[in-house]
Amino acid sequence: MQLPFAGAIDCDTHPAAPSIKSLLPYMTPYWRTQLVERSLHTVNFTFTSAKPNVPLSRRADWRAPLEEDANIVPTLRQELLDPFQLRFAICNVLHGSIALFHQDMAAAIISAVNDWTRDHLLASDPRLRASILVSPTDPAHAVSEIERLGEDKRFVQILLPVMGELPLGRRIYWPIFEAAQRLQLPICIHAGSLHRMATTGGGWPSHFVEDYIAQSAAFENVLVSLLAEGVFRKFDRLTFVLAESGVSWYPALLWRNDRMWRATRREVPWIERVPHEIINERVRLTLQPFDGPEDAAAMKRLIDHFDSDRVILFSTDYPHAHFDGLNALPDGLSDALIQRIAIDNPAETYTRLALAPQPAGASA
Amino acid sequence: MTASQVISHIDDFPPNTRKVVEVNGRSVVVFRVEDEFYALLNRCPHEGAELCKGRLGGLVVSSEPGEYDMTQENQFLRCPWHGWEFDIKTGQSYCDPRKTRTPRYDVAVKSGGALQEGPYKAEPIKVSLDDLYVVVHC
Amino acid sequence: MTLTLDSAAPAASTPAKLATVDCDLHPTPRSPNDLLPFLSQRWQSHLRDYGSHIRQGISGQEIHPRMDGRGMRLDAFPETGPAGSDLGLMQRQHLDANDIGAGTLIALGTSVSDERNLDYGAALARAVNQWQLAAWVEPDPRLHAGIIVTQEDPAAAVAEIDYWAADPRFSHIMLSPKPIEPLGRRRYWPIYEAACRAGLPVVFHPVIPGGGHPSSGIGWPTFYIQDHYTSGPLYQNIAMSMVFEGVFEKFPELKVVFVEGGFTWVPHMTWRFDRQWERMRSEVPHVKKKPSEYLRQNTWFTTQPMEECRTPGQLREIIEWIGFDRVLYSSDYPHWDYDDPKYAFKLRLSDEERQMIFSGNARRAYRL
Ligand code: FES
Repeated sequence: MQLPFAGAIDCDTHPAAPSIKSLLPYMTPYWRTQLVERSLHTVNFTFTSAKPNVPLSRRADWRAPLEEDANIVPTLRQELLDPFQLRFAICNVLHGSIALFHQDMAAAIISAVNDWTRDHLLASDPRLRASILVSPTDPAHAVSEIERLGEDKRFVQILLPVMGELPLGRRIYWPIFEAAQRLQLPICIHAGSLHRMATTGGGWPSHFVEDYIAQSAAFENVLVSLLAEGVFRKFDRLTFVLAESGVSWYPALLWRNDRMWRATRREVPWIERVPHEIINERVRLTLQPFDGPEDAAAMKRLIDHFDSDRVILFSTDYPHAHFDGLNALPDGLSDALIQRIAIDNPAETYTRLALAPQPAGASA
Repeated sequence: MTASQVISHIDDFPPNTRKVVEVNGRSVVVFRVEDEFYALLNRCPHEGAELCKGRLGGLVVSSEPGEYDMTQENQFLRCPWHGWEFDIKTGQSYCDPRKTRTPRYDVAVKSGGALQEGPYKAEPIKVSLDDLYVVVHC
Repeated sequence: MTLTLDSAAPAASTPAKLATVDCDLHPTPRSPNDLLPFLSQRWQSHLRDYGSHIRQGISGQEIHPRMDGRGMRLDAFPETGPAGSDLGLMQRQHLDANDIGAGTLIALGTSVSDERNLDYGAALARAVNQWQLAAWVEPDPRLHAGIIVTQEDPAAAVAEIDYWAADPRFSHIMLSPKPIEPLGRRRYWPIYEAACRAGLPVVFHPVIPGGGHPSSGIGWPTFYIQDHYTSGPLYQNIAMSMVFEGVFEKFPELKVVFVEGGFTWVPHMTWRFDRQWERMRSEVPHVKKKPSEYLRQNTWFTTQPMEECRTPGQLREIIEWIGFDRVLYSSDYPHWDYDDPKYAFKLRLSDEERQMIFSGNARRAYRL
């Protein structure tokens, strides 16, 4: 169904990634020269997990040719911000540079993407907010990006891919979490793989559709990693937003971990409460794609299995093809729940939304 | 209907051992930790494992990830199957004390003389007036 | 929900009278020497001088150490030897006590599917298969053996399946869910063809360490509590590969049983398959039907470790979404997360539902 009101907050929007040519002005002379001499300004550093030609990556009616990076924001207005009457849209710019092995080249490009995001997305439309892109392969650079950009309240979270080099709960990543918590920025873990290892525990699947489906299994494991390693205990004010996860796996994960905790608590004694309480407080899931049953009555029962109405954040996952027309909400949600998902939960998760200059005339 | 039953002469129940006894039709596991006695129903409230087969130990708690503090030595019984931890003083499950517990029973050490006041059941143990006995009330 | 005996179904409706089928029993050799009589001289000396060669940095134990007793029920250790090595104890504690009418064996710990030396693997497979018959099935005909194979050498695996196919003492074929390639890839199709020919189901059970891939796409877990969780997502990955490579389209008779991965994830997996197939079916035109239709036809899921939803009503909804005809009771004896058939189900089942889960479904999935 459609949003019944204006003013929703879209917590997972994907503007097209800028071309390298748009990024060069933000780089040092060394990297500018390097990228040009190595002909890297002619390629796009396309993130394999978000290849734009794959049918799922861009809806058929959202395939306006962009031609120039200058068209990115106008297209976003026309296809997303205006028709959905959004108050805010949080931009997650997925960029393949995070998968580079050359960490200095990756750092140069990632920083430039963040600068471009600030100057060309955030500066162009007051409804836009964005994530700070970082790579899990270089926690030190991630921390420096968070500190460099974190004062700008239009950046509302940190963006990491779900499949990196190690499970994200590992202590090697804790400096990122420490910096994020210090600056009151949630961590957004987004679908996508650096392809350092097979995308499934059983090896490399053949098809894009399989790599896509496998994301939800990765989200399950990453959430268990955060829980088991004690990340929620160590960083007790940090929120984790799981974006583009499929959502419907969530209740089963809680049940299973509640049971396992009783049996293996002695191994991880820092988990001091029943896991579902901790996770319901600290984890949020963006709405699309919501891989639930087609039947509205069954959907309603599934929603009841979530024992919290605080967990889901509205998202369109624009321009991915998960729903038709403006029907960004699954059927079977109550009015009260829609209000929570579309407005209250995002506002509570992203307290920075209230701190930066507000879009004029937007109704909430 | 509750009953008191003499389950052992104190000398036959050395410190840091356990006994399984039948009291009032129930299987009961009695622990002696140094000089304290505790009794629990010998049946896990989860899926029915015999608790007497579980390990008695401390409770590990943690102030932060990577820290492991052992506390309450020999006060928690772990089910031999799924490892649920029960406080032997109360029978309560550590993870879900409000809703999950195994019945606990009073245990006392009494002299044979005191036991004359009855009612209690001693068979097949012979009680002599001056000796000490372990009595379970359940 | 509070999952205690107080809330369990009344004893009057225990499954005892229905001759329960248990789809996960673990027989263990007392020592590797138990296998020697079934190995040739050449492989006896290989076992002695080299032994198993697997993709794991610590040899002879779990890389994610288990909790109590290396993951065994603490009351399941015989006087001598490891848990699961004494038929008499298994009978007293479980088969007789719970009136198990038939049990399917899953012989773990012999590292056949993981063995990197494929010739040794094939010799071990034959030995373990003979040992299952001699040590377990012959003395207790309620037990049914599972054909162990070297799946990374599909030709050898097919030969082993064909060798035993007509032997009614075998009820199923065992495969590792941690392969070198996803299990739907064509490399494994001869095994599925042989399984169909034999009329036996292919059964997956979690193994350590497997084909060398981390147990999920995010990398290796740190703690056992995580490692234990990985089996559900891994099974989703396997079911996905089999569906989207077209295995069930090619082998419509193939029966697949997922053991010891739980089952509450089956509904959300199925919805996700269907929805993404709708969007990207042009990539997989060989997948002709909705994924849910294949799953409903070709796959089964065992109950252990029994899922504990927040309310019995939620548990019922989950099973309804999967289908009461798709779920099979399993105990996992003698492992620590054993489920007792009398008490594990914290849900009131009708007689018909109980009959399906504790007996009828297994009799359709396996050759019993
Ligand atoms: S039977 Fe005791 S914890 Fe499950």
